[in-house]
Amino acid sequence: MQHKVIDTKEVVIRFTGDSGDGMQLTGTLFADASALYGNDISTFPDFPSEIRAPQGTVAGVSGFQVNIGSGEIRTPGDFCDVLVAMNPAALKSNAKWAKLTATIILDSDTFDEKGIKKAGFKTDDPVTELKIQDRHIVFAPITTLTKESLKESGLDPKTIARSKNIFTLGICYYMFNRPMDTTEEYLDNKFKKKPEIAAANKKALKDGFNYATNIHAIPNTYRVAPAKQEKGTYRYINGNQATAWGLLAASEKSGLPLFCGSYPITPATSILEELALRKDLNVKTLQCEDEIAGICTSIGASYAGNLAVTTTSGPGISLKSEALGLAMITELPLVVVNVQRGGPSTGIPTKTEQTDLNQALYGRNGECPIAIIAAHSPSHCFDAAFYSAKFALEHMMPVMLLSEGFLGNGSEPWKIPSMKDYPEIHPPIVTEVEETPFWPFKRDQEKFARRWALPGTKGLEHRVGGLEKNPQGAVSSDPINHEKMVAERAEKVARMANYIPDQKVIGKESGEVLVVGWGGTYGHLYTAVKELQEEGKSVSLAHFDFIFPLPKNSCEIFSKFKKIIVCELNSGQFANYLKAQYCQYKYHQYNKIQGQPFIVKEIVEAVNEIL
Amino acid sequence: MKFYKKPENSKDMKYTPQDFKSDQEVKWCPGCGDHAILASIQRAMPDVCESLNYTKERFVFVSGIGCSSRFPYYMDTYGFHGIHGRASAIATGIKVANPTLTVWQITGDGDALAIGGNHFIHAIRRNIDINIILFNNQIYGLTKGQYSPTSKLGMVTKTSPYGTVEHPFNPGALVLGSRGTFFARSLDVDLKVSQDIMVQSAKHDGAAVVEMLVNCIIFNDKTHSLVSSKDVRADRTIVLKHGEPMIYGKNRDKGLIIDGYSIKSVVIGENGIKESDLLVHDAHTENPGIHSMLIDMKYPELPVALGVIRAVKDKTYDDNVRDQVIDAREHAQIHNVDELLHSGATWEVK
Repeated sequence: MQHKVIDTKEVVIRFTGDSGDGMQLTGTLFADASALYGNDISTFPDFPSEIRAPQGTVAGVSGFQVNIGSGEIRTPGDFCDVLVAMNPAALKSNAKWAKLTATIILDSDTFDEKGIKKAGFKTDDPVTELKIQDRHIVFAPITTLTKESLKESGLDPKTIARSKNIFTLGICYYMFNRPMDTTEEYLDNKFKKKPEIAAANKKALKDGFNYATNIHAIPNTYRVAPAKQEKGTYRYINGNQATAWGLLAASEKSGLPLFCGSYPITPATSILEELALRKDLNVKTLQCEDEIAGICTSIGASYAGNLAVTTTSGPGISLKSEALGLAMITELPLVVVNVQRGGPSTGIPTKTEQTDLNQALYGRNGECPIAIIAAHSPSHCFDAAFYSAKFALEHMMPVMLLSEGFLGNGSEPWKIPSMKDYPEIHPPIVTEVEETPFWPFKRDQEKFARRWALPGTKGLEHRVGGLEKNPQGAVSSDPINHEKMVAERAEKVARMANYIPDQKVIGKESGEVLVVGWGGTYGHLYTAVKELQEEGKSVSLAHFDFIFPLPKNSCEIFSKFKKIIVCELNSGQFANYLKAQYCQYKYHQYNKIQGQPFIVKEIVEAVNEIL
Repeated sequence: MKFYKKPENSKDMKYTPQDFKSDQEVKWCPGCGDHAILASIQRAMPDVCESLNYTKERFVFVSGIGCSSRFPYYMDTYGFHGIHGRASAIATGIKVANPTLTVWQITGDGDALAIGGNHFIHAIRRNIDINIILFNNQIYGLTKGQYSPTSKLGMVTKTSPYGTVEHPFNPGALVLGSRGTFFARSLDVDLKVSQDIMVQSAKHDGAAVVEMLVNCIIFNDKTHSLVSSKDVRADRTIVLKHGEPMIYGKNRDKGLIIDGYSIKSVVIGENGIKESDLLVHDAHTENPGIHSMLIDMKYPELPVALGVIRAVKDKTYDDNVRDQVIDAREHAQIHNVDELLHSGATWEVK
């Protein structure tokens, strides 16, 4: 076979296998190596909610897609150039993601009668049955080769079998000319106390690489040059880690200790895990008995003067709703992070969606507006979390940060910012006041924020609570006072618009079509709009980070385009919200509710349809 | 923690109960038992401050929903009137965030044991250093007379017109079941005992639960009167004191002994019983066996136990959290966010 080295700007590779096959690790190691090599990357873990569904079944297939490039990479890629399938079930559920020109690498050892049957194939020939005969298929006996490679390692057969993902990684490193040193370092570190396992995995990696070099079965190898990136120090970061770190940054800039009351829930849990590590930065995390205690301990911590955070996903927000109203009426700073997942109810927990926007906007009793900020990429979670905390603390109110499973689990290289470039945070803490006794609900006239008197401060004793109060802090059911307090609390949220940046437009400021999006769809919308612009089409993008309140120039932006299309991973929640704000415009919609991110192609087609 | 001032030393300060009364009008029904508990807590406060060297601004009263939960408005301290059932969680957050505060949770039988049951048992399990004062009137008062998780079996209320068909909780048993370190009980009408156990609960490090048997004059009048009426109280209750023999009765002639697996009431001098045969109260023993029997005692078979039934030393949650933070900071490799961002694998683009 003629071997070709293909120079390419962008390659998408998808690792798939059984939940226990270590595909998430394989994908992550490949992404790490590529990031360190200097490629721009974007990743997309796609896994089931079952930890170990029956081996070999479609339900148990776990996938990890990574897009590496020498140019700007904003999405994990629609379809893959290389598909690795460790068993027939993985091939069955992922063949649809392979490009017509794709190379598919299979562990042929798993394609026996039993394996094929378990995956639910009707015939004994999965390749024909899936109609993928035209793709280049590499049948590699990975299980046997791994056994052979490690037969002198002294390890038991079970441990040896576990190294087949690393053997596969070696094959991929050959195909993509990746250096192996970062992975070797990782293995040494991970198995510090079991050097024999580190050595075995390193051997499997090398043997995989050598096997791929020798067999001449792999038609193409790829060269993806390092991306031209801005100068600086980079790291690789996922959205949940960035969220945790952004909150820590706000803690540092405000001088307030961070408190996080939370309850484990997919896909938000790793924020709590990350914060739990950071006792060295004076973080207190409390894993509570339930979601309600998560927010209520945080409200208590906020009352006591901490930067308080609670982290969850949609079902958790449902449980926290009443307490969110309490935080709102007591006017205490609180960051509520919702890493959205497929709903309603338990829904599809490990898959991504943007279906909690209505809940964020309206999901509480009474007049209860709450500021909403959305993160648009894994690394942007850092800024989104930082500013959520800043607005909460300085404006004395809860802020909801909307992230998504796609962002929380997805990762990308990130130019490490310097904390000196971030603003200080000044919460309106008072230690003495003019009036006696202290009036807890007296507001500053600019932001409309009340002052924060912390328990322990002499002379400022006061009571807050869920009952309506007058400005002096006494319980009041006076009709006029209630209406005034409702209006003032709403006005405070509305005035946040005076402190947020103008909405930006990517592309020309006027034209035929404005694509509108928010949150984690940014990468796909950006890539689609760029593609359309390169074709000379009059298309621009307005992607919103500030959802409530909206940037003040939003209406003006909308007025300059003939058509507006709102693209989101729900049935049109942002579009409906915009209709309520600016009803003079018609909003076309492109929606998808499949638990999957957009693909660029479908956005391009949707825009072309209305052009 | 630049905003936290070290608590001022209260040594030279003398408080009076008046200092703890807010300017708000107390809105409980005339004759409600809550008035007496408010008075006993306000009277206990100067004692608490003196014995623990506290200043007034360190006190935070936290509550949920229900008649008793209006309590924080009547105290001239920091206060947080929360939502139904969640006071334990709010109080926990306050204490963990700032352990120098002294946190008091005011709650009722519905608030703590029905809607808030989960938070209640977990606060006790964690042994968070808060004082939980549970007003048990065996009825929902603020919603006007429905049965509660402590209502007696068969009780007729608006939502149980044919009588309840469910067994009540015994709050003390829940405390023991949650491995609680402190449980005390008093009657609303017994200000002296109440005041004393408030001070003792404040002195206890850890979750201290005080069950107050309280009368609801409107919806459940005289619910505790069989034991709380002045004329019979001495014969139908026993006030336990650590290290003292279990003697009770108007004439101080009755006592408690262990008979087989049970506690039995005896008369001193009858059947050869001497004072030295009586049980001596040990509130400090970790073994919950006798404590459990004391908590379960019911009239008419036995006197109802009042006073501090259990007070066991153990490390508190907030202490453990604080110690971990101190230890982590002493051995920290990462001292600020810039260092954190650069930790792990990074690479340079030149």
